[in-house]
Amino acid sequence: MGRYVVRRLLQMIPVFIGATLLIFLMVNVMGDPVAGLCGDRQCDPATAAQLRKEFGLDKPVWQQYLTYLGNIFTGDFGTAFNGQPVTELMASAFPVTVRLTIVAILFEIVIGIVLGVVTGLRRGRPVDTGVLLLTLVVISVPTFVTGLLLQLLLGVEWGWIKPSVSTEATFGELIVPGLVLASVSLAYVTRLTRTSIAENKRSDYVRTAVAKGLPRRRVVTRHLLRNSLIPVVTFIGTDIGALMGGAIVTERIFNIHGVGYQLYQGILRQNTQTVVGFVTVLVLVFLVANLLVDLLYAVLDPRIRYA
Amino acid sequence: MPEPTPPEYQLPGAARTPQNGAVADTGMGGAMDLATAEGETLERPPDAGPPERDAEGDAEGAAGERARSLWSDAWRELRRNPVFIVAALVILFLVFISLWPGSITWMSPLKCELSKAQEGSQPGHPFGFDGQGCDVYTRVVYGARTSVTVGFLATLGVALLGSVLGGLAGFFGGAGDSVLSRITDIFFAIPVVLGGLVLLSVVTSNTVWPVIGFMVLLGWPQISRIARGSVITAKQHDYVQAARALGASHSRVLLRHITPNAVAPVIVVATIALGTYISLEATLSYLGVGLKPPTVSWGIDISAASPYIRNAPHALLWPSGALAVTVLAFIMLGDAVRDALDPKLR
Amino acid sequence: MRGATHARWAALAAAAALTATACGGQASGAGDGGAVLSSSWGDPQNPLEPANTNEVQGGKVLDMIFRSLKKYNPQTGAAEDMLAEKIDTKDSQNFTITVKDGWTFSNGEKVTAKSFVDAWNYGASLKNNQKTAYFFQYIDGYAQVHPETGKQTAAALSGLKVVDDRTFTVRLTQKFSTFPDTLGYPAFAPLPQSFFSDHAGWLKKPVGNGPYAIDSYTKGSQMVLKKWDGYPGDDKAQNGGVTLKVYTDNNTAYTDLLAGNLDVVDDVPAAQLKNVKADLGDRYLNTPAGIIQTLAFPFYDPKWNTAGSAKVRTGLSRAIDRKQITETIFQKTRTPATDWTSPVLGAEGGFKAGLCGDACDYDPVAAKQLIKEGGGLPGGQVKISYNADAGSHKQWVDAVCNSINNALDNEKACVGNPVGTFADFRTQIGERKMSGPFRAGWQMDYPLIQNFLQPLYYTNASSNDGKWSNKQFDSLVNQANTETDSAKAVQLFQQAEGVVRDNMAAIPLWYQNGSAGYSERLSDVKLNPFSVPVYDEIKVG
Repeated sequence: MGRYVVRRLLQMIPVFIGATLLIFLMVNVMGDPVAGLCGDRQCDPATAAQLRKEFGLDKPVWQQYLTYLGNIFTGDFGTAFNGQPVTELMASAFPVTVRLTIVAILFEIVIGIVLGVVTGLRRGRPVDTGVLLLTLVVISVPTFVTGLLLQLLLGVEWGWIKPSVSTEATFGELIVPGLVLASVSLAYVTRLTRTSIAENKRSDYVRTAVAKGLPRRRVVTRHLLRNSLIPVVTFIGTDIGALMGGAIVTERIFNIHGVGYQLYQGILRQNTQTVVGFVTVLVLVFLVANLLVDLLYAVLDPRIRYA
Repeated sequence: MPEPTPPEYQLPGAARTPQNGAVADTGMGGAMDLATAEGETLERPPDAGPPERDAEGDAEGAAGERARSLWSDAWRELRRNPVFIVAALVILFLVFISLWPGSITWMSPLKCELSKAQEGSQPGHPFGFDGQGCDVYTRVVYGARTSVTVGFLATLGVALLGSVLGGLAGFFGGAGDSVLSRITDIFFAIPVVLGGLVLLSVVTSNTVWPVIGFMVLLGWPQISRIARGSVITAKQHDYVQAARALGASHSRVLLRHITPNAVAPVIVVATIALGTYISLEATLSYLGVGLKPPTVSWGIDISAASPYIRNAPHALLWPSGALAVTVLAFIMLGDAVRDALDPKLR
Repeated sequence: MRGATHARWAALAAAAALTATACGGQASGAGDGGAVLSSSWGDPQNPLEPANTNEVQGGKVLDMIFRSLKKYNPQTGAAEDMLAEKIDTKDSQNFTITVKDGWTFSNGEKVTAKSFVDAWNYGASLKNNQKTAYFFQYIDGYAQVHPETGKQTAAALSGLKVVDDRTFTVRLTQKFSTFPDTLGYPAFAPLPQSFFSDHAGWLKKPVGNGPYAIDSYTKGSQMVLKKWDGYPGDDKAQNGGVTLKVYTDNNTAYTDLLAGNLDVVDDVPAAQLKNVKADLGDRYLNTPAGIIQTLAFPFYDPKWNTAGSAKVRTGLSRAIDRKQITETIFQKTRTPATDWTSPVLGAEGGFKAGLCGDACDYDPVAAKQLIKEGGGLPGGQVKISYNADAGSHKQWVDAVCNSINNALDNEKACVGNPVGTFADFRTQIGERKMSGPFRAGWQMDYPLIQNFLQPLYYTNASSNDGKWSNKQFDSLVNQANTETDSAKAVQLFQQAEGVVRDNMAAIPLWYQNGSAGYSERLSDVKLNPFSVPVYDEIKVG
C-alpha cells in the first residue's frame, strides 16, 4: 500500500510537466494577448512591443516555457495583466472555490446517495418516477436559469439569503450556490447509486445478510450500499475537476470570485501565466483526488488490493 | 465454481418466454446467473433436459455461437419491455423530424419578425415567439436535427472510446493503466472553454463533426474512469476468477463475463451526458467556435432564452422540454438495455 | 423575513455611518452627509495609473480620486476649469498653463506645475508602458520619448517646461485649438511624488487630489473610498464615502440592488430592462452617453472598396430597422443614430441630428434597389463579426441580420460571425483579416466632435479599424484642427462628417445611453456623459 502511494506520487512529476506544457502551448496558440489590452483601438506599436517584451512574449515558445518552469520552482507564478501576482490571485480564489466544492460534494454525497438508495430500492414506484422527472428538469434547464430563479426567489422575494456571496464566502453563504453547482452532478450520482443498488440488492451477500436476520437498515448501509458505491465514488472523483475549475456560471450568478472566474478571465484575456498557474494547481488536485478514489476502491471492496 | 442450475430457484414473478423456457434464472446472484446463462444454448428446445453444462464445457465450446446467445436473449427481453418500446418510438419520432422537419411545420426557422418578440402563443404560432421574434415551434422542430445528432453521436463516441480504454486499463492494470490514468488526469485539467477556443477555432468546416469530435476528445476521460472502476470491481467476482481458472481467454472473460456486469454505470453516465452535450454545443456556439449562425439548435435557443426567463419563459420551456423528452427517452432506453443485460432482474 | 433583512441592513448602514464619522474626525454639515453608499464595480484591467487606464471601471475610480486642470460638466459635458486658473495661447500651439493655488493631494503634498509635468512625462514615456500614452502625442518631443520603433532617446517631453511653482508651458507639434478641452481626461491628472518614489506602494493604495481618498483596496473584490474632508474644490462629496464592490456579472449586481444589498448599479443588464420599471419605478436612469455603435467595413478588402460598394453599404444601412431594434432589444436604452457623433456634444459641440439623412432611414425597397445598383452583396452574403465574450452583442447582431434578411427577402443575406475573445477579435482587425462588416463601438475620451471623427476615420488613425482613407476628409479635419474659432471648427468637422456619410465609411447604428438603478435611500443620482455615476453629488438618506 505504502509503495503504491509513493509510486503514484512519483507519477505526478511527468503529469505535471505534461499538463503545464500542454496548457502553455494551447494558450500560446490562441494568438497575441497584447491586441486585447488597448480597448477598441490599435495598441501603438512601440507600447505593444514593450509589453510583449515585459511579458516575455517576444521569445520563442520553448524558451518562454523553460523560463516559466524555472520560475515556478522558485515559487514565482508570474503576473497577471492587471499587475497582480498570480500567487496572490490563487490565494484569494482557491480557498473560496475549495469551500464551494466541499459544499457541492457534500450535497452530492448526502442528497444524491440518499435519493439513489431510495429510488433503487423502490424501482418503478412513484418516488422513483418523481426523482426521474427532477433529474430531467436539472439536465434540461440550464444552471443559469435555476441559479437565477433561486436567487430571485430566496434572495429577493423571500429574503432568506443574500443574493450575492460576500468576499469572505463563509460556508453558510455557499449553501445555495453549492446546491446549484451540484445540481447536474446530483442527477448523475442519484442515477448511478440507484442502478448499483438495484443491481446489488439481489446479490448473494444481500440475501445472506437478509437470511441471517440482520435488520434492514444494517443490510442496506453495511452490505448493499458499501458495495454499490464504487461507481459513485469514481464519478465524484472525476467531478471534482468540473466543480473546481468549471463553476463559471455558478460563480458568476452568485458573484463568487473563485477559480472558475479567474480561469475564464485568464483564458479570455489569453494570460498564459494565470491560466497555466491555475491549471497546474488543478492538475495536482485531480491527481490527489484520483489517488484517493483508487485507495477508496480497496476500502469499499476488500477484494481489490494494491501492491 | 458455479454449479448446474436447479430450476426451482427461479425468481418469483420473473418474466419468462414460454418458447424458450430454458433460460436459467438461478436467483443466486450474478455469478451463478451468468455462468449458467452461458452454460446453456438458448436455442435449445425446452424438452432437451435440464441444463447441466457448466463453465467448463463453456470454455471449450463454440464461443462465438454462444456469445450471441446472451445478447440475443437480451434483445428478446427488450422487445417485450414496454418502456423500451415507448423510448424507441420517441427516438424514432425524433429521427423522423430530424430528417424531415418540414413535414410538421409550415414556416422557416429563420423567418423572424422583431416586432413580435417574446409574444406568447397565438393562432399559427402555438409556442409563441422568442426574443428575436422567431417562431418557437418551428425552431424547436428544426433544432432537433442538430441537437439530436450532436447529442447522440458525441455520447456514442464518448461511451465507446471511454469504455474500451477504461475497460482495458481496469482489466489489465499495470503500466498501461498508469499511463492511461495519468493521461486522463491531464485531459481533466483542460478547461472546456480553453480547449474549445484553441482546438475548434482552427477548424473552418461548419458541420457537426468538429464539434462532436471535440466533445469526444474532452468527454472520454470521465467514462473511461467510470468504466475502469466498474471493471476493477467486476473482475474480482467469483465467476470471473472461475472463468480464468478454467483458462478462458482475456477477450472472452472481458466480453462475456465482465462487460455485461460493468456496463450499467457507463450507460447511466452516458444517457445523462447526452443532455449535457446538447447544452455544451450551445456553449461552444456562444464562444463562436461551435456551429456558426444561422444554425438552429435547442441548445442555442435555450441559452438565448435563459436571461429572459422573467419575461418570456415560454421561449425557454419549449426547447428545454424537447431536450428533456430526448434525454428521458435515452434514459429509458438505457435502463431497459441495462435490465435486459442483467439476468438477476428478470 | 424581508423585514429582517431590512433591519439588518439598516443596522449595518448605521454602523458604517458611525465608523465613517469616527474616522473622518469632524462631522459633516448635512444630516446624512456621513453615510456611505455602495456601488457596483468591475475589476480594472490595468494597474490604476491615470495614463494606463483605458476602460470605464478604472476610469470610475480615477474620476473620484483625481481632479485635472479641466473637468467635464456632469450635466452638459462642457470642459470647465478645475485646477487651471488660466490656459493662455496666442497661436493654438504654445500654451501657458497656470495652476490654482491651495490645492493639495490627500496626503498633504501641494499640487504644483511640477506635479503635472512629471505625470505627463511619466505617461508619455515608452518605458512605463502606459496604454494611453497617445494622449500626449501632440506635445513636442513625443517622438523622442515614445518612438514608434527603436529605443527612446529622451526621458522627458521637450515641449513641457516648468516656469515656476504654479506655471508651466506646453508646446505642441501642430496647431490644435481644442487642446485645452482635452485636459479633463484622466491621463492628464497630476501625480504626487509618492507615485514616483514608492510606485508599488502607491499602486496598492493610490493617492490623488479628488473629493475622495482611498481607504482600502482589496484587488479583485472591493475598494472603500472615504470622503476627503480636506478637499479644496467646490464639488465636495455629499456623502461619507463610496464602497465599490466588484461584480463579475451585472445581473448579480442588479439582483443585489433589488434585495437591498447594493445602492447603485450603473449598468442594468439588457435582459432586465423590461422589468426595470416594475422593479425600481423611478429609481432608474436612462441618460445619453458619449457612446456610438457602428458597423465598420474592411476597406483593405477589394470587394468592399469598389466603385459601387458605397451604394451597397448605404443599402445595408437602409435595411436596418434601427427603431425596432432599439425599442425591442435595448428597451430604448439606445437611440437610433442619425449622425456619427453623439447627442451629448450638444448642437454647439457638433452634434447634428439627421446629418445622415435618408441613408439612415429604414426603407426595405430602397435598400434592395441600392444593393442591386451597387453590384449586390460581395460574395452574396455579409457576415457581421463581433466578439462574443462580452455584452449583448449576439442579440443585436442577430436582430440586425434578421432585419437585413427580411428587407432583402433573403434568409441567407446576413449572418452573425462571433469571434471567441476580444483579443482575438482585435488581432483579426489588426491583421486586416476581416472579410465583412464588424462591430465598432466608440466611447468618447472627451466631449469634442474631433474625438468622434479623427481617431476613427482619419487615414491610419489609431482606431481607424476599417483602414478607410479619404483625402477630402483628412484635409477638412486638418483645417478644423487649426481653426481657432470653435464654431468654425465645428462646421468644418461637420463637413468632414458629410464625407463619411457620402461614402458610408461606417454604418451608424445607435447612440448608447448610460443606464443605472439605485436604492431608495439615495437621491440626486446622476450619470455623466461618460455613463459613470456622479458619486460626489449623491445624497444618502
